[in-house]
Amino acid sequence: MATIKLDAKVPEGPIGEKWTKYKSSVPLVNPANKRSLEIIVVGTGLAGSSAAASLAEMGYKVKTFCFQDSPRRAHSIAAQGGINAAKNYQNDGDSTYRLFYDTIKGGDYRAREGNVHRLAEVSANIIDQCVAQGVPFARDYGGMLRNRSFGGTQVQRTFYAAGQTGQQLLLGAYSALERQIGKGSVVNYSRHEMLDVVKIDGKARGIIARNLITGELERHFGHAVLLCTGGYGNVFYLSTNAMGSNVTAAWKAHKQGALFANPCFTQIHPTCIPVSGDHQSKLTLMSESLRNDGRIWVPKQKDDKRAANDIPEEERDYYLERRYPAFGNLVPRDIASRAAKERCDAGYGVGATKMAVYLDFKSNLINKYGRAEATKLGIENPDLDTLIRLGKEVVKEEYGNLFDMYKQITGEDPYEVPMMIYPAVHYTMGGVWVDYNLMTTVPGLYCLGEANFSDHGANRLGASALMQGLSDGYFVIPYTIGAYLSAEIKTKAIPTDHEAFVEAEKSTRERIEKLINIKGKQSPESFHKRLGKIMWEKCGMARSEKGLKEAIAEIQALKKEFWSDLRVLGDIDGFNPELDKAGRVADFIELGELMCVDALDRNESCGGHFREEYQEDGGEAMRDDENYMYVSAWEHKGESQWELHKEELKYENIKIAQRNYK
Amino acid sequence: MTINLKVWKQKNAKTSGNLETYKVDHVSPDMSFLEMFDVLNEKLVQENKEPIAFDHDCREGICGMCSMYINGQPHGPLEGVTTCQLHMRTFNDGDTIVVEPWRSKAFPVIKDLVVDRSAFDRIIASGGFVSVNTGNAQDANNLAIGKDKADMAFAAAACIGCGACVAACKNASAMLFVSAKVSQLALLPQGQPERESRALNMVAQMDAEGFGACTNTGACAAECPKEISLDNIARLNREFLGASISSTSV
Ligand SMILES: Cc1cc2nc3c(=O)[nH]c(=O)nc-3n(C[C@H](O)[C@H](O)[C@H](O)COP(=O)(O)OP(=O)(O)OC[C@H]3O[C@@H](n4cnc5c(N)ncnc54)[C@H](O)[C@@H]3O)c2cc1C
Ligand code: SF4
Ligand code: FES
Repeated sequence: MATIKLDAKVPEGPIGEKWTKYKSSVPLVNPANKRSLEIIVVGTGLAGSSAAASLAEMGYKVKTFCFQDSPRRAHSIAAQGGINAAKNYQNDGDSTYRLFYDTIKGGDYRAREGNVHRLAEVSANIIDQCVAQGVPFARDYGGMLRNRSFGGTQVQRTFYAAGQTGQQLLLGAYSALERQIGKGSVVNYSRHEMLDVVKIDGKARGIIARNLITGELERHFGHAVLLCTGGYGNVFYLSTNAMGSNVTAAWKAHKQGALFANPCFTQIHPTCIPVSGDHQSKLTLMSESLRNDGRIWVPKQKDDKRAANDIPEEERDYYLERRYPAFGNLVPRDIASRAAKERCDAGYGVGATKMAVYLDFKSNLINKYGRAEATKLGIENPDLDTLIRLGKEVVKEEYGNLFDMYKQITGEDPYEVPMMIYPAVHYTMGGVWVDYNLMTTVPGLYCLGEANFSDHGANRLGASALMQGLSDGYFVIPYTIGAYLSAEIKTKAIPTDHEAFVEAEKSTRERIEKLINIKGKQSPESFHKRLGKIMWEKCGMARSEKGLKEAIAEIQALKKEFWSDLRVLGDIDGFNPELDKAGRVADFIELGELMCVDALDRNESCGGHFREEYQEDGGEAMRDDENYMYVSAWEHKGESQWELHKEELKYENIKIAQRNYK
Repeated sequence: MTINLKVWKQKNAKTSGNLETYKVDHVSPDMSFLEMFDVLNEKLVQENKEPIAFDHDCREGICGMCSMYINGQPHGPLEGVTTCQLHMRTFNDGDTIVVEPWRSKAFPVIKDLVVDRSAFDRIIASGGFVSVNTGNAQDANNLAIGKDKADMAFAAAACIGCGACVAACKNASAMLFVSAKVSQLALLPQGQPERESRALNMVAQMDAEGFGACTNTGACAAECPKEISLDNIARLNREFLGASISSTSV
């Protein structure tokens, strides 16, 4: 294989003009030709649904795939807090540049300038598009859209629909997709799992998918293939991701030649409901938007046995406000998570396991909302009960579903007692490497949404994933795909009895048979749990050379055990969630190893990647711009073998500085 | 706690099924109902018995994937709670719990507790959208929408498409689901141009899928985990009637 030369293909010119110029010069495909060009979209989350609907509207023939029973159930549905856009509706000084700047800085200077600027530019169009579809965002009495603030910014640019923003955005994109399905311009395949990319003459030309109901393997041709398959946070077993979220599609692409970028950049979210026992199957996020109104604290005294409400104000340590006065409770996620871990490790944690901190709404509920409501209603000198009652009503409207969810899971009422929270795996900044066109290193194979690595550097700011998914799908790919497909108009649809399809189907079948025929003793689930434990302990919130080396050895041993002692019950030719899970765990194990390899290579701390060896005296992360200002793009070379390619990052429009939220 | 389960087992759509009995020990009150199933399934694997198939994904009450009929109630005994958000502290040590799949002609069983709800997608495809192509939108704040209307539309849009309303209804009617989408868009200015065709087409598709007629028993709203209101059905009836009159007059 020829050695890969990474070319990000970012257009020349001033940052603010790159995208505009690109759009007016990118080759177009005429309407008649679009009708004979077929596009496969794997995944129907925000990225996939928006891409599929937009491409079908333009006239392309589209097929969509998802493993759930309906496109509407993609994991995007669970996003809670909101979506950013540089609208400046609050007149608080927001702008495209500021959103661009915040994102690059929030990402700890490890994202590509050109892509991020484009993201900031199209962010406003996303809100317009969603409103036009009927997405019911929160509004003021005057009928205008409301905003809230999220971490890592000093403006209010987050649009939301209570704590169900992802649901409403996805239902908008899903309805656009269903409209095209109804018209026959998209054919959707639910309960289908993509298990390989088919390449012909080096180009992606289709996929192998398994019908999860019948177990049949199917071949599907496309002139281009778009992977919109979400993040890989479930490599840690416990995460805030949906149970089915997995890396399989991205991993198969990786093995077919797509480089995998920054795999070790994972986001640990500071505000999640803590683990309650061994039976735990997933962790539940309490949206970052709660940090708007909740104050985070632990007792000043170690091992304080008193109930939270009995600890007086002066004996509470609001450690984020203490350490980071400028941003306080709204520091970026990586910083808030590490600070919580630091307090708990030092023995100040609360709750039964001592691995939790308080997120307390009392003071804002009373002082901010209660008082404002009382003033509105003309109540003079309201008593405490009135303030609490009035404040509760407002908090309920803003976060009702989150508070209910907390109560349902923990049995405690967060209106009465502070929430207990702890960091949990939430998002993966790393992913398949793509250029400015969102194309991977395999021609014709694209990657959108959380599955790619593109916009968030080493740490993603809250409310920016929804923005990125919809930007990629609605506003970027419809243009950039033209650059490739305009040269493909002469390519006729390739019949799926082509030997490449036959070969890919055969190797997929062999792998499935291998999994089911091991007939060992341990369930896929039990292997997944063990992998998660290794990853969390050694490649989680804090990493070290020693730990990572141990992790690599342990993962390799686990892999051996997996392939010799796995037990998959049920049939190969029918509905079999055990078999689906086994395949996904097998891929997670391989990915886990690469994540450790990547973390070991990066001898610095930046964003979500914290290497214990590289920290300042106060425990702040120590970035090394001189040696590590690059994207690590890994090429698969064989079992447990990867070659590192570096995409050097250049900052021409932002002055690089130590991240400072103090 | 120890829980006794009677669970519907059915190999596939072509075979018939039956209730099988299982016992789960060491159930913690903090477990969710689905985590109890995880424990049971792990035990079954150890005993070389095929685990029970059930649908689930987000486990946060938002994706609409989980769908168990628990002691005769869709999503179990609590109001406003999906199966995945139901916790074992709701039950008592020694309880016997009967778990079955959704039952409706329009939702055929795929395996055990898993059913096919693609009829819902086809109903949305028939009209549950605003026809606006990407790139055709005006500035979002050019369209002022009063808070009351926006809140009402949001409440209707909170439907997760789980199908509990159908499972709860003795006629297996999908009116609550359909009415939620029709209401959301009928309440908003963006939905006005297609208001009539939307109501007519979605109701026609609902009938074509084999869902039953609505006789206003209200069982759907009582069991809906997102507390979608019966007002939506009333609104759908008005929309449908209005649309039928104007469409016959052309
Ligand atoms: C609890 C939670 C809350 C969040 N809140 C916010 C928030 O408030 N704001 C914000 O900006 N971000 C938030 N995020 C992050 C954000 O939701 C996700 O990053 C984003 O929705 C991902 O969208 P996606 O389209 O890339 O992928 P997904 O929505 O994950 O969709 C993946 C799709 O790919 C399909 N798929 C995957 N593999 C295969 C395969 N092999 N074959 C076929 N189909 C496949 C799936 O079926 C699915 O349709 C949150 C995340 C979580 C976990
Ligand atoms: S109306 Fe309620 S019960 Fe019916 S599908 Fe929607 S959320 Fe489920
Ligand atoms: S698993 Fe998503 S709603 Fe229950």
